[in-house]
Amino acid sequence: MYKIVAKKELAPNIYLIEVAAPDVAAKANPGQFVIIRLDDKGERVPLTIAGVDLEKGTVATAFHAVGRTTKKLAKVNAGESIMDFSGPLGNPAEVGKFGKVLLVGGGVWCAPLHYVATTLRKNGNKLVVAAAGRTENDMVYADELKAVSDVFYVATDDGSKGSEGLDFLADVLKSEKFDHAVVMGPVSMLKKVVEMTRPYGLNTMVTLASLMVDGTGMCGACRVTVGGETKFACMDGPEFNGLDVDFDELISRQRVYLPEERMASMIYDKLGGGVKRG
Amino acid sequence: MDKEQRKHATSMAKQDVLDRIHNFYEVALGYTQEQAMAEAERCLQCPNPRCVQGCPVDIDIPAFIKEIKEGNFLAASAKIKEKNSLPAVCGRVCPQENQCQKMCVIGKMGDPISIGRLERFASDYERKMGVNIPDKDVAPVTGKVAIVGSGPAGLTVAADLVKLGHEVAMFESLHLAGGVLMYGIPEFRLPKEIVQAEVEYIKKLGVDVKTNYTIGRIFTIDELFADGFDAIFVGSGAGLPRFMGIPGENLGGVYSANEFLIRVNLMKGYLFPEYDTPIRIGKNVAVIGGGNVAMDSARCSLRLGAEKVYIVYRRSREELPAREEEAENAEEEGIIFRLLNNPTKFVGDESGWVSGMECIKMELGEPDASGRRRPVPVEGSEFMMDIDTAIIAIGQTPNPLIQRTTEGLETTKWGTIVVNEETGAATKEGVYAGGDVVSGAATVISAMGAGKKAAKGIHEYIKKKKGGK
Ligand SMILES: Cc1cc2nc3c(=O)[nH]c(=O)nc-3n(C[C@H](O)[C@H](O)[C@H](O)COP(=O)(O)OP(=O)(O)OC[C@H]3O[C@@H](n4cnc5c(N)ncnc54)[C@H](O)[C@@H]3O)c2cc1C
Ligand code: FES
Repeated sequence: MYKIVAKKELAPNIYLIEVAAPDVAAKANPGQFVIIRLDDKGERVPLTIAGVDLEKGTVATAFHAVGRTTKKLAKVNAGESIMDFSGPLGNPAEVGKFGKVLLVGGGVWCAPLHYVATTLRKNGNKLVVAAAGRTENDMVYADELKAVSDVFYVATDDGSKGSEGLDFLADVLKSEKFDHAVVMGPVSMLKKVVEMTRPYGLNTMVTLASLMVDGTGMCGACRVTVGGETKFACMDGPEFNGLDVDFDELISRQRVYLPEERMASMIYDKLGGGVKRG
Repeated sequence: MDKEQRKHATSMAKQDVLDRIHNFYEVALGYTQEQAMAEAERCLQCPNPRCVQGCPVDIDIPAFIKEIKEGNFLAASAKIKEKNSLPAVCGRVCPQENQCQKMCVIGKMGDPISIGRLERFASDYERKMGVNIPDKDVAPVTGKVAIVGSGPAGLTVAADLVKLGHEVAMFESLHLAGGVLMYGIPEFRLPKEIVQAEVEYIKKLGVDVKTNYTIGRIFTIDELFADGFDAIFVGSGAGLPRFMGIPGENLGGVYSANEFLIRVNLMKGYLFPEYDTPIRIGKNVAVIGGGNVAMDSARCSLRLGAEKVYIVYRRSREELPAREEEAENAEEEGIIFRLLNNPTKFVGDESGWVSGMECIKMELGEPDASGRRRPVPVEGSEFMMDIDTAIIAIGQTPNPLIQRTTEGLETTKWGTIVVNEETGAATKEGVYAGGDVVSGAATVISAMGAGKKAAKGIHEYIKKKKGGK
């Protein structure tokens, strides 16, 4: 069992939890993920690591409560435990010295992006950061990201704060030269940003949340086509150069279990479901 | 017993086929005491038993059968356990027809003794009576040993070394220990309760089982040594699924057998939505491959409600590598065998879901290196199969994570770890390996056999290492 030692609601339905897992904390790096399982009937769900506290031996991760498992997780309080917390998994993000780096985060992904950004900054990079959310209320980690950036932009889908949508990035890319870019967010956003950076041949690293089961290279559920080859996101990624990723295939593979997920979520909303608490 | 009687094996009850295709309960029901004793009665008790030569772990087969014949079931189980720490598993899943039973002399005139069924009977009896935890032999020198992977190889090494008095920690990347026995082989062939009883047993012996630890990510092999382990056994199996590399393989509805079986067995997808992990099965399912993995995938598909399930295999029935009993069960259950066929591409519908599979007919040519006749495509014989689910079961190779993160560990071009056959020692000092990670995908019993040897090798190594001090 792994104890949730702290829990915060960052925005409506978006939570950050810190989980006691000293061995995981000691080895975690930005860009890696964990796989959680709530109870003995639970599914395995990957969550990207948003930071660690070595002294407390905790690992932080943020999630949006939209599916059955994340909705259940949102109900587990600080002081209670979940059954499994496996990690760190996947390869660390590239966080070496590049020069000037463009970082773009969408929604809940701004939390793990902050972990990447902090390390990139420590390593001497100049950071231009754009944080995006659906509305002003959905923004998370904006202040934290601002604090580590040299230039900071905010964007919302409805324009309630900052720019409306990410189209403004086209101008930023036109007027400035970047050495590296990192994008974390929903796949549609990754695809959009990559389309904007492609004309400049800018290496645009994207973190792919493909469907996963084991997260250790056993099942191939997470397979994506990168540079014309089949790769396993959990073993070869999750960070890939977006210029090489077949996003349309990824989007269609992500939809595979949508009907079942909707059903599970609906059942949970209507009937609830016990999470065994420790 | 008269001569005619001796020629015929005592049959074992099976769940009726019309029932079993709708549930995941065990198919084979096992012998009753009377049946077991009657079957044991058939054994000739050969002075030079050939069956033992066919057993990869040298179980004293006539001796345990004699105990069953005399009604000493616990003694029979104890006899088996001298050599085999997982008899309830092996009695169910070993390919006995190619091992002990193949060698049985009665098999020349009639049915060989049902050694597997007797092994299963004795160990099931013991489990029902409550398993005894043996006293440990405390070795004069004890070491600290890490085991990576909790499949049959790892379980065997752990049990042997902890009984010798060593301190043993086992690291497993999944959330449950047991390896393929948990995530691959379905409930209806090997109830998970039996596997967990084996895991509980080694825990009771004192093995510290750490699940959710992926070695190579959380600790490397070198970090384990730095942490004070004297020796490390790698039993990480062959868990990396092979794909065919044909067009359309990444369409929705095309699974690796591993993904399919993990969802069904480990995550209990067949109980969705009571369990959280979904599994989607269509009406027409094609399983590609002819081994145990293919049979298991096909039979799970049927139980999940598929209407037509095909086994598409590029050789003929004779070459089918699956355990004979399972191939027969599959046929009985109505799985349709499309032999001498090989897929060439998948096609999808507008939503990205698989809707058809193109195959080409094959014929058998000259024998290849493995001695089996090589299948060759018949030109121009392509045809389409209407399917909405495909499961690829054409084999697995070792997961490369440990090999990639460990300096000085020699591997073959297939990614298997190179070891000394006798001791299980790998090329890096203190590292031992065995099971599928060394042999490539093989059998439970061969993984256990390798584990036995490695446990001995590790014990000797630690004695030598510590002896001087
Ligand atoms: C579907 C299926 C059906 C089968 N049917 C039969 C049968 O009927 N009869 C038979 O004899 N054989 C059968 N086999 C083959 C048999 O199961 C294997 O040969 C045997 O399990 C190999 O044992 P092992 O201990 O080497 O590895 P495995 O059982 O594969 O166990 C390896 C374990 O190591 C873990 N692991 C891997 N990497 C790491 C890491 N880096 N860190 C920590 N843990 C790690 C894995 O998660 C796994 O739990 C079948 C196999 C499958 C897949
Ligand atoms: S999640 Fe199973 S292989 Fe990547």
